[in-house]
Amino acid sequence: MAQRQHLKDHFIEQRIFHNRSIAAIFFTLILFSVLLSRLFFLQINSHEHFTTLSQNNRVSVQAIPPTRGLIYDRNGIILAENLPSYTLQIIPEQAADIDTLLEKLSLLVNLRDIDIKKFKKEVRRKRRFEGIPLRFRLTDEEVAIVSVNLHRLPGVEIKAQLSRFYPYGKATAHVVGYVGRINEKELKRLPVTNYSGTNHTGKLGVEKSYEALLHGQVGYQKVETNVRGRVLRVLERSNPVPGNDLYLNLDINLQKVAIEAFENKRGALVAINPENGQLLAMVSMPDYNANLFVNGIDSKTYKALNTSWERPLFNRTILGGYPPGSTVKPFFALAGLELNVIQLDHEIFCPGFYRLKGKAHKYRDWKKWGHGKTDITKSIVQSCDVFYYDLAFQMGIDKMHKFMTYFGFGKKSGIDILGERSGLMPSKEWKKRVRKQVWFPGETVIAGIGQGYVLVTPIQLALATATLANGGQHFQPQLVSSIQRKDDLFPRRVSPQVVHNVPILRKENWQEVHHAMTEVIHGARGTARRLNKPDLRYKIAGKTGTAQVFTVAQDATYKEDELEERLKDHALFMSFAPAQNPKIAIAVVVENGGHGGSVAAPIAGKVIEAYLSQFSDEQLKSPAKKEAIEKPAKKQHTPVSIDPDKTAAILHEEHQHG
Amino acid sequence: MASQSSSQSLFFRLHIDLTLLMGLIALIAIGQIILYSASGESMALMQRQGVRLGIAFIVMLFIAQISPDTMRRWSPVIFIIGAIMLIAVLLVGTRVLGAQRWLDLGLFRFQPSEMMKLAVPMMLAWFLSSGNIPPRNRHLIIALAILLVPVLLIAKQPDLGTSLLVTSAGLFVIFMAGVSWRLIFGFIFAGIAFTIPMWLFLMRDYQRQRVLTMLNPESDPLGSGYHIIQSKIAIGSGGSFGKGWLNGTQSHLEFLPERHTDFIFSVFAEEFGFSGILILLSLYLFVIFRGIYITTQAHGTFARLLGAGIVLTFLIYIFVNIGMVSGILPVVGVPLPLVSYGGTSIVTLMAGFGILMSIHTHRKLLAH
Repeated sequence: MAQRQHLKDHFIEQRIFHNRSIAAIFFTLILFSVLLSRLFFLQINSHEHFTTLSQNNRVSVQAIPPTRGLIYDRNGIILAENLPSYTLQIIPEQAADIDTLLEKLSLLVNLRDIDIKKFKKEVRRKRRFEGIPLRFRLTDEEVAIVSVNLHRLPGVEIKAQLSRFYPYGKATAHVVGYVGRINEKELKRLPVTNYSGTNHTGKLGVEKSYEALLHGQVGYQKVETNVRGRVLRVLERSNPVPGNDLYLNLDINLQKVAIEAFENKRGALVAINPENGQLLAMVSMPDYNANLFVNGIDSKTYKALNTSWERPLFNRTILGGYPPGSTVKPFFALAGLELNVIQLDHEIFCPGFYRLKGKAHKYRDWKKWGHGKTDITKSIVQSCDVFYYDLAFQMGIDKMHKFMTYFGFGKKSGIDILGERSGLMPSKEWKKRVRKQVWFPGETVIAGIGQGYVLVTPIQLALATATLANGGQHFQPQLVSSIQRKDDLFPRRVSPQVVHNVPILRKENWQEVHHAMTEVIHGARGTARRLNKPDLRYKIAGKTGTAQVFTVAQDATYKEDELEERLKDHALFMSFAPAQNPKIAIAVVVENGGHGGSVAAPIAGKVIEAYLSQFSDEQLKSPAKKEAIEKPAKKQHTPVSIDPDKTAAILHEEHQHG
Repeated sequence: MASQSSSQSLFFRLHIDLTLLMGLIALIAIGQIILYSASGESMALMQRQGVRLGIAFIVMLFIAQISPDTMRRWSPVIFIIGAIMLIAVLLVGTRVLGAQRWLDLGLFRFQPSEMMKLAVPMMLAWFLSSGNIPPRNRHLIIALAILLVPVLLIAKQPDLGTSLLVTSAGLFVIFMAGVSWRLIFGFIFAGIAFTIPMWLFLMRDYQRQRVLTMLNPESDPLGSGYHIIQSKIAIGSGGSFGKGWLNGTQSHLEFLPERHTDFIFSVFAEEFGFSGILILLSLYLFVIFRGIYITTQAHGTFARLLGAGIVLTFLIYIFVNIGMVSGILPVVGVPLPLVSYGGTSIVTLMAGFGILMSIHTHRKLLAH
């Protein structure tokens, strides 16, 4: 060691150290230059780029969903409302130990294993400060129990949300419909921006058809969020515009009367005000509770509803196609008269069957031994089949088709809810086009009593009855009577729409048919004479119908009780009252009900009675004050279109005009 | 003038270099200001850091009293104790976050690798100052062996940041001892050649991942590239004058990870902009140049080599930290000296400055 120190050269050492210090200074300067040029590049050259990224990091836009419009009946009774629904949720960040918390909670509220399983799955997916739902739709009692214990349940929270509720969920399910969670298909169709905060959309009925009016306009807020998405403050806000409230023409009390009258039978009833086409009641039985669908129906209940042979989910009023049977007779009688095929004094002899010339086939009357001498009135009152076999044969199917089309047979009624079927009124052209076959004369004969290819929906039959009742004004049936926008003082009325007027040859022809229909109830041998009560303040006009579901073989006797329930005839009844100044037109179908007069007519009678009880004797005698009814020429300018996209456009247009 | 010179001599007698002290205090002051913002205005955190700074200052003052000669004599002992503790760490150390760095001494936890940041340059300065300057090749090999032992032990913990700093401290001592440039460049090439087996055998997966994401942070924006992307956004969005103190959105809205420790520079850059950075870097440069000045004035080979090793390690600290947060170096976990929150590193740093002060203030006493 000592030797090494002797060898040290202080001069060389000093010089080396000096050089190395200078190198160190250069080294320092080089490294600092590298850093500064890098920072210059980031902060000065790329400043804008990074400023944008920084903004994107912190500001996010949140949608505020609008409140959905309410739906009322004609008397202002609420049919669809938004009620707070309570959800129990847990914020994991604030909960000390989730398992103990769940244990404590399960003592207070009913927690199913599936709730806990779903919750635990969500916990793993969501962020720690977000509330994760554990139980939906708490009862008031559960809300109270949890609320008083909240202080010893850290992290537990009860959240109130608006949820759609239908106070008459069963009675209105087919008409008002319901909302449900937006599904993937709807997600593609609905406007993305306006629905960015919305979870529900109309699925059926008025809720679906008036979606654009009911939904409203979405609002926004710009918020500053931290890295975990927690909102720290609101930077900017634009409030949502609530949806429009709708007032329906429907009378919920009348609807309830109709439902009660059905008891447990299957079928449909449609009641229209013949003065303006307003729909007073629409019943499809059996019904179901629309509230089941709002927050997702469980698959078991849904399967039960969907596969039931009674088909409760099927809206018979607009979808059910039934052979109209004898209810078409008044229309055909009028057709014969107006088309000059027969005159008012036309009379035939009914032997109980009808036979085409040169053919052996017997078309049987429902009365085996025949009606004997039969004029127009008798043919309607006693529902003689042979009279109409003969009349139909004389007119031919194409004339029948043309005339029935005036009353809306075979055409969509144009009701302002989506999805109706058009029924069927056959013609030679139709058969050739669709069936690729020629028309046989025999088919004309059975069409004469509303059998064969002829199919009507209850809404069509009711509408045709209304047209017949009011002397030929064919209205578009309307459910919605007025639309209340949030900013408006008064709701805007949807004016009645006349689609067309039936051309009239002689008024007497119409009066004759009306008279005959009145005799159906008030005549001694009328098929619906059971509706004739001595204390009735008004007269009812109507026609029964019994539609065959099952074809009776030639020469076989028809034994009703031997037939299986499902193969029994459908019972039909169409009617209007008062016969002089009709205020209600009605169509009733009771599936497999048997005879129209005994099963369907009493239901209509109860509804008519309930509806007309609100009018004084005076009012019953005189026609209602005529409202401004739009002429057929203006048909294109329909204020209520049922295409949701179009409604939005119309609303927009209106806004510009106003 | 007279009072100034007398106060200077007072500090001199207390073994404090006033110029260096001013630079350090200015840096620490800036550090505290930005730490307040980066910690989310947490007073509790500020107090804890205040206590550490107090300890660090006491350590610095204490070490400044020890003469370089005493240090030189104790160097081998300190180094050997340090090396034994490093081995002990690997055998019985406390494991925190996947790395075995701490020795539990009952009262407190101790990080021997931190001590090696000073013990290694001391040992090398002792060894090289005992022989010829420039060292002979034989001595050079021994010096490298002395360096390699602790570096490998630290890398094994694993602690890439510290082993990097210890390596640079040792290499700078050897560099200052006058190794020929030819050898230095040869060494650099050898180093590059060494990275390949290091990549394959020595580096842990997470370290490799850091290097890969450094090369292309956007490849994994939500995973390991996230730190770098957010840090670059913070720095870049600061612009010329910054968003203002306490107004950095990247840090206050918590987009920036580890913002009060390794990534505190990004907070500073976001809130004070390029102009603030110029001031901060100027202060660092001031401290470094003062340190280099002290070493050039130092008496004795040991003091010079040790002083230069400490100063240049400080430079590496700064370069690696800013380089990694601005995305030109991989994230290796080196704090920003005197600014980042954290106890051990600040004590070691101030101890190093205590050595520099000792070197400077014991100079004339030696001369007398």
